[in-house]
Amino acid sequence: MIEIDRVSKRYGEATVVDDVSLTIPAGGVVAIVGPNGAGKSTLLSIVGRLVRADAGRVRVDGLDVATTPGRELARRLSVMRQENHVAARLTVRDLVAFGRFPHNRGRPSRDDAGRVAEAIAFVGLTAEADRFLDQLSGGQRQRAFVAMTLAQDADYALFDEPLNNLDIHHAVALMRLFRRMGDQPGKTVVIVLHDLNVAATYADRVVVLKDGRVAGDGPPAEVIDERLLSDVFRVDGEVLELGGRRVITVAR
Amino acid sequence: MPPDRARAVRLTTGIVLLLALLSAAAFMTVGARGSWSFVLAHRGIRLAALITVAYAIALSTVLFQTLTGNRILTPAVMGFDALFLLLQTLLVAALGGAGAGAIDGRLLFAGECLAMVGLSGLLFRLLFRGEGRNLPLVVLAGLLFGALFRSLSSFLQRVMDPNDFLVLQGRAFASFNVVDPALIGVAALLSLAVTAMLLPRLAELDVLTLGRDGATGLGVDAARLSTLIFALVAVLVSASTALVGPTTFFGLLVANLAYLLVPSARHADVLPVAVGLAVITLTGGQMLLERLLGFGTALSIVIDFVGGITFLLILFRTGRR
Repeated sequence: MIEIDRVSKRYGEATVVDDVSLTIPAGGVVAIVGPNGAGKSTLLSIVGRLVRADAGRVRVDGLDVATTPGRELARRLSVMRQENHVAARLTVRDLVAFGRFPHNRGRPSRDDAGRVAEAIAFVGLTAEADRFLDQLSGGQRQRAFVAMTLAQDADYALFDEPLNNLDIHHAVALMRLFRRMGDQPGKTVVIVLHDLNVAATYADRVVVLKDGRVAGDGPPAEVIDERLLSDVFRVDGEVLELGGRRVITVAR
Repeated sequence: MPPDRARAVRLTTGIVLLLALLSAAAFMTVGARGSWSFVLAHRGIRLAALITVAYAIALSTVLFQTLTGNRILTPAVMGFDALFLLLQTLLVAALGGAGAGAIDGRLLFAGECLAMVGLSGLLFRLLFRGEGRNLPLVVLAGLLFGALFRSLSSFLQRVMDPNDFLVLQGRAFASFNVVDPALIGVAALLSLAVTAMLLPRLAELDVLTLGRDGATGLGVDAARLSTLIFALVAVLVSASTALVGPTTFFGLLVANLAYLLVPSARHADVLPVAVGLAVITLTGGQMLLERLLGFGTALSIVIDFVGGITFLLILFRTGRR
């Protein structure tokens, strides 16, 4: 369980995350949506202890992320950021092997090599495993980073806009992969998403942020409606029910 | 790592280290005349200095580049060796030539090293603070800082007492041809101490190539590791600058050559090759210039010429991507 308790973060004068309290139980896929600048990425970074909160506390399975030793946390919690620039020339396999670091501290065993190969196969990059990252397309590189978090094998996996740079085919493939991850026992996937339709299709639960506050929280069928579109995203549109799923169309 | 790549890494390392050994041997023996015991002792001291410097610069450059996540910046490009010279100048200006001369050179060096760690740490904080760091801006700021430090030093040197200036000159204007033998032992020891602190952290350093966030996500205390590595870099820069003075593009040259030659990003693979290349360049280059070209030019000029061109090439290539 991830417990977010009255967390705030300010950058200068701007309050990016404003007194957010949220509990994410273990299991399933949780999508965090909201307009640009709503504080989604910052909140995710605070949970992933990449950014320190100004106030409040985040606990993952009872461990405070601000004080728990990094290594212990890294075995429970993985986080993938939006921008993943690496100056060094790494192959896909090198990169994914880093995911095993919290478990082996840089001394890979035979078991680690197998898990790395598994993770690479899971994202469909087996043929590219020994190619360098700078020889891959944006989508392939994105999947390589996802494979790294897979290899890390944490109970909670956080992803910040993982669908950036992906065409619809790869976006769908990746969301299915997240769905499969979230369906495994004891695994929780938290994803910051832009696209409400994607959130409605794949997530068990949708958390809406607006101006750094929680503006909605619940299953997609309850949260995603016309009021959400107009109040939070400031667009006119319709939410249709199609085959038991909510689908958003916006007015032209 | 697949076996063929591992073999390529071993082969490259072997060849580079063998060439380094040959260069060192050539430096010791080529063109020797007269008593061997004199020649070997005389050249041995200088060889020790060159190897120490090669080691310190190669290590500090690769570490610095891992820390900053790029391949253009080096401690020297960022003006850190100019900072060391400024420190020395300030010291002599403050204590006077007689005062500075009275202190044991090694003690002085230790003090300068400490000040260097503190000051360069401050500079690093200033330049790399925050998340949205902008590489071209940092390069520019570094070059400006370097110019500032150099101008401040030369200003102080102009207004200081001529006697003090002589003391400073004896101390600060080291080059590949003139090294202070008293400092070689200290510098070598420092480099070894740095290595000892580094070895258990090589795997964490590899993770740091993913950047601060990536490393944090994998359970590395990136802030603490960066601070430590930065202090080690400052010590290495002090050691090399005290021995041979500033070398603007040398580190850049050997580090990038090493990245190019070694088909692996692991520090355990890259560092030995970078050091080997540095030894080849310094001992081989110095031997060629001294023995075959008759001191026609200074090695630092040649290295900065080649290194400067490399710097521009890398800058252009990164700019285009």
